[in-house]
Amino acid sequence: MSLPKELKYTKDHEWLKLAGDVGTIGITKYAGEQLGDVVFVELPKVGTKVKAGATFGTVESVKAVSDLFAPVTGEVVEVNEALTKAPEIVNSDPYGAGWMVKLKLASAADADGLLSADAYQALVG
Amino acid sequence: MQAALGARLVPFAGYEMPVQFVGLMAEHHAVRTACGVFDVSHMGEVIVEGAEALAGLQWLVTNDVSKLVDGKALYTVMCVASGGIVDDLIIYRESASRYFICVNASRRHDDVAHMKRELGRFACTVTDVSDEWGQLAIQGPNADDVIASMTTAEVRDMAPFTWLDATVGGAPVRIARTGYTGEPGFEVYVRPRDAESFWNALMKAGEPHGLAPCGLGARDTLRLEMKYALYGNDIDLEHSPLEAGLGWVVKLDKGDFQGRAALVRQKEQGVARKLVGFTMRDRGIPRQGYIIRHDGKDVGVVTSGTHSPSLNEPIGVGYVPAELATIGSTFDVVIRDRAVPAVVAKTPFYRRDER
Repeated sequence: MSLPKELKYTKDHEWLKLAGDVGTIGITKYAGEQLGDVVFVELPKVGTKVKAGATFGTVESVKAVSDLFAPVTGEVVEVNEALTKAPEIVNSDPYGAGWMVKLKLASAADADGLLSADAYQALVG
Repeated sequence: MQAALGARLVPFAGYEMPVQFVGLMAEHHAVRTACGVFDVSHMGEVIVEGAEALAGLQWLVTNDVSKLVDGKALYTVMCVASGGIVDDLIIYRESASRYFICVNASRRHDDVAHMKRELGRFACTVTDVSDEWGQLAIQGPNADDVIASMTTAEVRDMAPFTWLDATVGGAPVRIARTGYTGEPGFEVYVRPRDAESFWNALMKAGEPHGLAPCGLGARDTLRLEMKYALYGNDIDLEHSPLEAGLGWVVKLDKGDFQGRAALVRQKEQGVARKLVGFTMRDRGIPRQGYIIRHDGKDVGVVTSGTHSPSLNEPIGVGYVPAELATIGSTFDVVIRDRAVPAVVAKTPFYRRDER
């Protein structure tokens, strides 16, 4: 498994890509594999304020329901509407077209506490 | 054996079970379009034998066991006095005085205790032989081709709910024309010592026919598309077969049986709640345990739910008040504090001839 080095990760298997003060968030390939085929993604509306560590949405496979946890605190500025019609992209392109939300970070320093690719790799083995 | 195939194992009722091999969705579609094999060796097997075995079983279960002949099988439930379901079973008649019964793994110990209690006054014995049998379910439109290529027995001609003992893939097995997927196929009982060689022979014979090893995840979506009941989800001691839509296995006119009085009463008065299948009218997947709400009141509960791989839409079953149990009736399913509208659907959800 090759993890994109430029991303930050959480122990709950989300990833964050920071561009200025906007962070794009998705779930890792490993998370998608553990869940199985994703068939449903429920995401917050634009403008929703989310707190680091709190649930911001839900992803479901045929078998299982899993909460999505925000890696950082911020406000939702964009939601990947394509996942409503094609949730399977979460499995097929987790670090690209399978992104879920974009957050305007309350504090860019929040991202510093997240895991590096190497640290996350060590976590999932 | 399965770990080598990349199976993901989870503990289930004390057994290590494969939940999936390559992926639930692919396995599900393999069974609908080609064929798949499920290792269901966890299922329990019980022998009831003796001069009064038939009389005893007639008392024990709701269906009419006297209709069985050698080589035929019968689906039934057994109840407690309240009419609640102890388990659902398949009874295979070996002879007029000997019956082979397949029970759910999770119910095995309770079932055997219940059987011994209820059959105590009959001249017959109850023997748990679960450890002497494994079981593989081979299911799908190509299942006949696979099994027929492994044996000289006339398996293609087998009618639903018949069984025979045969040598298949070099192993002595008991093969039944039964299943839990809605597809044609077989359930094959195999001795543990033959299990590995039979599995290997099956994999080899199955390769040209697209046979896929399948896990319990696909087994659940396949059975749910057919609205086949799963014990512990859709049927249990709190619900009767009449409420569960299993009235067709309740033969009130066959003579007395355990639970009959309660079931007669239910039938006369009409059941208060019924198990229905439903689809969603807005986004959301129903899951076991979700509340069913109508006119702002909690009126029922989802007993099984999933995203149907064949229909590519969410499906569920659950108990609702009888007045909401007609096709087209609407209610809400509470999904993460949101009331999502649902509508009672015709079942089975999936029909082979409509694909």
